[in-house]
Parts: sequence; C-alpha cells; structure tokens
Amino acid sequence: MLSQESQKQIDREVAKYPAEQKQSAVMAALAIVQMERGWLSNEIIEAVANHLGMAPMAVYEVASFYNMYDLAPVGKYKITVCTNLPCALSGGVHAADYLKQKLGIGFNETTADGRFTLKEGECMGACGDAPVMLVNNVRMCSFMQPEQIDRLLGECQ
Amino acid sequence: MGALGFILDAAEGERSWRLAEYVKRGGYAALKKIVSENIPPENIVAELKKSSLRGRGGAGFPTGLKWSFMPRQFPGAKYVVCNSDEGEPGTFKDRDILRWNPHMVIEGMIIAGYAMGCARGYNYIHGEIWDIYKRFEEALEEARAAKLLGDNILGSAFSFELQAHHGYGAYICGEETALLESIEGKKGQPRFKPPFPASFGLYGKPTTINNTETFASVPWIINQGGEKFLELGKPNNGGTKLFSVSGHVNRPGNFEVPMGTPFPELLALAGGMRGGRKLKGVIPGGSSAPVLPEEIIMECTLDYDSIAKAGSMLGSGAVIVMDETTCMVKALERLSYFYFEESCGQCTPCREGTGWLYRVVHRIEHGQGRPEDLDLLNSVTENIMGRTICALGDAAAMPVRGFLKHYKAEFEYHIQNKKCLVPEDVQRAGSGFFKVA
Ligand SMILES: Cc1cc2nc3c(=O)[nH]c(=O)nc-3n(C[C@H](O)[C@H](O)[C@H](O)COP(=O)(O)O)c2cc1C
Ligand code: SF4
Ligand code: FES
Repeated sequence: MLSQESQKQIDREVAKYPAEQKQSAVMAALAIVQMERGWLSNEIIEAVANHLGMAPMAVYEVASFYNMYDLAPVGKYKITVCTNLPCALSGGVHAADYLKQKLGIGFNETTADGRFTLKEGECMGACGDAPVMLVNNVRMCSFMQPEQIDRLLGECQ
Repeated sequence: MGALGFILDAAEGERSWRLAEYVKRGGYAALKKIVSENIPPENIVAELKKSSLRGRGGAGFPTGLKWSFMPRQFPGAKYVVCNSDEGEPGTFKDRDILRWNPHMVIEGMIIAGYAMGCARGYNYIHGEIWDIYKRFEEALEEARAAKLLGDNILGSAFSFELQAHHGYGAYICGEETALLESIEGKKGQPRFKPPFPASFGLYGKPTTINNTETFASVPWIINQGGEKFLELGKPNNGGTKLFSVSGHVNRPGNFEVPMGTPFPELLALAGGMRGGRKLKGVIPGGSSAPVLPEEIIMECTLDYDSIAKAGSMLGSGAVIVMDETTCMVKALERLSYFYFEESCGQCTPCREGTGWLYRVVHRIEHGQGRPEDLDLLNSVTENIMGRTICALGDAAAMPVRGFLKHYKAEFEYHIQNKKCLVPEDVQRAGSGFFKVA
C-alpha cells in the first residue's frame, strides 16, 4: 500500500530517533503519505501502522488529533485561512469572506469540480504578514489582498 | 527588523541563513572556544545565570537555573529540546529567527548539549511553516558536513546529534510536556507535573526544553559574557528581546530591542498607528496575556517586571495592537473560540470551561447576551484557573478577565443594545482589506 518513495522517506524519518522509538516518526509518516495521496484513508493509516510496528488505533489517534491531517477527501487545493485575532485585525476574516464568495463555498466545503477546499485555520506564526493562508499545508501565502487572492486562485489549476 | 539586537540584526538577505554567512558574522566562535579550551560545563551555566537570561517562550523562567536542574551525573541518555512550535496568536518571532539565522539556534543547542551532558537534541518546528522546517534540515546538513554536529565535534571528545521534528497543527504542543508526547509519536496531551522534564522528559529521560529565541541568545552570552548581556537590558531582565508587533500598525513585524524599552518607542518602530487612528488597547504578550488600555500601556516599559506590574504579562513578546475600530467583544470572542478549539480535553474545567466562555461571549457578540452573563463569565474563569493540568486553562481565562476589567462598558452596551458600539463598516475599514466582498 505504501509506495516505495513514501517508504524511503519514512525510513529517513525513522532514522532520526533512537532505534527503539520508531513510533516517533508517525507524524512525519502520516504527513508523507497524505502529501502523496491527498488524504488519509483507514487503509493507509493501517499501512503506516504496519510499517512502524504500531497498533492502527494508535496511528488513528495521532491522525485525528492534529489539525493538518485530513481524514476525508479534500479538493486538489486545500486553502487554510488564518482568522485568529491578530490576522483578523489586518483583514484575515475579510479575506476568508472574499474567498468564500469567489469559490461559492463555506469553511470545510469543497467546490463541485473538486478543485478547492476551504478551511479556517488558527495562528500560523505569521501574523505580521496578514492576511495569510496556507495551500496544501506547505505553501504559505502572505499579504493576501484581493488582487493576490485572485492571482493565487488563477495559479491553482 | 531592529538594529539594536544581535539575533536578527546582521542576518538579512536571502543567503544570511547559510553556514558560511553565519561564520562570517562570527558564528560558531562560542562553540569553538568551548570545545578547544575544554571549558567546564558549570562555567557555562554560571555565565547564563549571570546574564539573567529568562526563557523567551512565555513563562520567563531563568535559563541558567533551568539548566542547573539537569542531573549532571545521570548515566543514561539525556535530551535537549528546542520549542519552535510558536502558535500563540500574535507570536511570529521564532519563524524569523529560523528563517534568517538557524545556525544561531543550532549553535545554542549544541552548547546546551555540552553544558548539560546531552548527546541528542530535537527541534520541534510548528506545522504550518514547512519551508522553514526544510531550511532548518538543510542547515543541519551544513553543520554536519562541517563537523559542528555529530561525533567528535571539531575533533574534540564531545559528540552531539540534532534533528528536526515537524509538528502538524496543534497549539497545545507548544506546552512543553505535550511537545514531548508529540515527539514520542502520541497525541499532544500535557503530562502531570511533577515529575518535571529535568527528571522525566523525552522517552522518560532527563530533558531540558527551551524556546528558539532562548537558545539563539546563548552563543552571544558565551562570546561577550553574561554581564554584558545583562547590561543590554535592565536588572532581572537581561538582554534584548524580539517583539512581534501585529494588528493596527503601519509596519507590522519583528523588532529586537533592549529589555526595558518604553512601549511608545516600539510602537514608533512599527510605524505608528495605521491611518493615524487612536490606540484603544494592546495585548502585550501573546493572546493569553490580559489586554491593557492605551493609558496604561503607553506608560509601560517592555520587560517582565513592568508589564506584570501593569497587570499583564510579557509572555512571548507578541504585541497585538488594536485601534478604535476594534470591537472588543468580537476580539475576545475570537480568542475564546481559539482556546475552546485547542483545549486537548483532558481536564474537565478546561474542556467544559473553554466551551462555556466561548458560548457566552459568542451570544453577547450576537445580541443575545443577558445581564447576568458578565458575572457568569467571571465565575467560569474562577472555576478554570489553577485547576488544570497545564496552563492552557489559565491562558483561556486570563484574556476574559482582562477584557472585562478594562472594557466592561462595551460588553454591557452589547447586552443592552444587542449591537456593537463600532459599526461593521468601520471595523472593516480598520482591517485594511480593500475590496468589499
Ligand atoms: C498552552 C501553552 C502553549 C505554549 N506554547 C509555547 C510555544 O509555542 N513556544 C514556546 O517556546 N513555549 C510555549 N509554551 C511554554 C512552554 O511550555 C515552555 O515553558 C517553554 O518552551 C520553555 O522555554 P523557555 O524557558 O526558553 O521559555 C507554551 C505553554 C503553554 C501552557
Ligand atoms: S488545561 Fe486544557 S489543554 Fe491543558 S491539559 Fe487540561 S484540558 Fe488539556
Ligand atoms: S494570527 Fe494569523 S498567523 Fe498568527
């Protein structure tokens, strides 16, 4: 179930920890497979568990505890907007409203063509760059005024 | 960026994070001196104590004292852990430190390993900053290749290995024992203390956890001496400190200034109030610090003691500036939602209490508040504070108290008039988001 490339990446993570602490790599392993597959199905969670010698339930607990894992399918582009107070003071909530209007969806919804999912995020540690949003957990976009948002949506094909 | 400090000062430009650039700025001189002169570990701890460096992660605990708690004679594995999980709303300094000067943190952690007899370390990096995590991994590779990390560092008998651990979106993992659980591959739920990490930490071994900025301060202290560091700031508040200024200012960003700098000077560095509007209140130390109204904050200096005397906390140095276009009820509603969302749910007072706080502030904001709600809020905070495993409970309660203490009239207005003192379009204009959706 795990691709060779994923296994290779996971094993690199395992090597960061003491030999008897393979479980420490579970967060990275879930991130790696999610990056490859878009979301975490029960089957893939079980595959990660087998690979790391963990109980599937223990892996599931981790996957459901941390906000950036997706336990259900999301659009090709998941956009998470920070609406916490420091960002809100500089347009974070308005940027989210603008996105909702442009995409015709609310938070935790996906556009009909499967292209975009919108999420509400908490502080990303980038409050000086508000409004900020994160695309697919890896690409942080700063100072997202309407013009920048339009451009971002255009790039996400 | 401030030109008064030493962490971000010289580190500007796209290449500043590279090892060669760091060495050009005098980097790794402290480590070289320590291993080549075989400096006794206790001298390093003594120097830190002299410096009066206090933890930059929020609690302000004296770093030298913390390091002295580590059992030096303990025979097994011991760990050094860096907390770069920066998730306290308003705080964005550690991201810039890792972005522009990761080697300074690495050097600080290696020195910590030497001083406390640890052979391994981890840096736990906030989930949302993937590019910074990748950069840190690259910086580690550079350090390994230059024999600054690994076996027999710089040809000495001292060995130290350091790795990065990437978080994945849980504010609670900033709490040090939740962070350790998370590295162990579990849900990030805080542990009961005691035992403290110095005796039972990562994998049950003695562990010291410090914030990114704390570690970044260490090489300078070794190079220049603890006394000099103390002189940069003021007594009991050594050094310079990074302040993350966000909200209604013209130039949000990080500013590195001496401890004890008057607040108005920091505000000026951040370009002053956006659109020249009037200052309403400031949250001086991250979202859990009680808000202070203009007339109080303008008289404060930026150090642990002055802000504490004013009834708040310096915390992580996250300064959230709010002008007259801010609805204080809405501001508190958003913060209360955050703590409710991020409570790990282990303790009943926190799990239930944060939900109560959010629901009550939410109904006040939405015109359904009742006159008895303000007393209710106060009593809920009383039932949370001091009754939980970790400090998130208190962190959720303190802002409620601060807002009610200083802006009670605004809450009462909402309850009586079922609407906000500040019209919606004024709030929007204040946010500076230009196109009306
Ligand atoms: C809910 C909660 C969140 C925290 N978040 C952070 C954080 O993001 N970064 C940090 O350095 N410390 C954070 N702390 C404080 C840590 O528990 C710990 O005190 C700190 O990392 C110690 O480092 P220092 O002594 O260098 O400040 C948090 C504490 C609590 C209770
Ligand atoms: S105080 Fe809240 S966040 Fe902390 S351990 Fe208890 S329930 Fe979890
Ligand atoms: S509040 Fe949005 S990044 Fe911090």
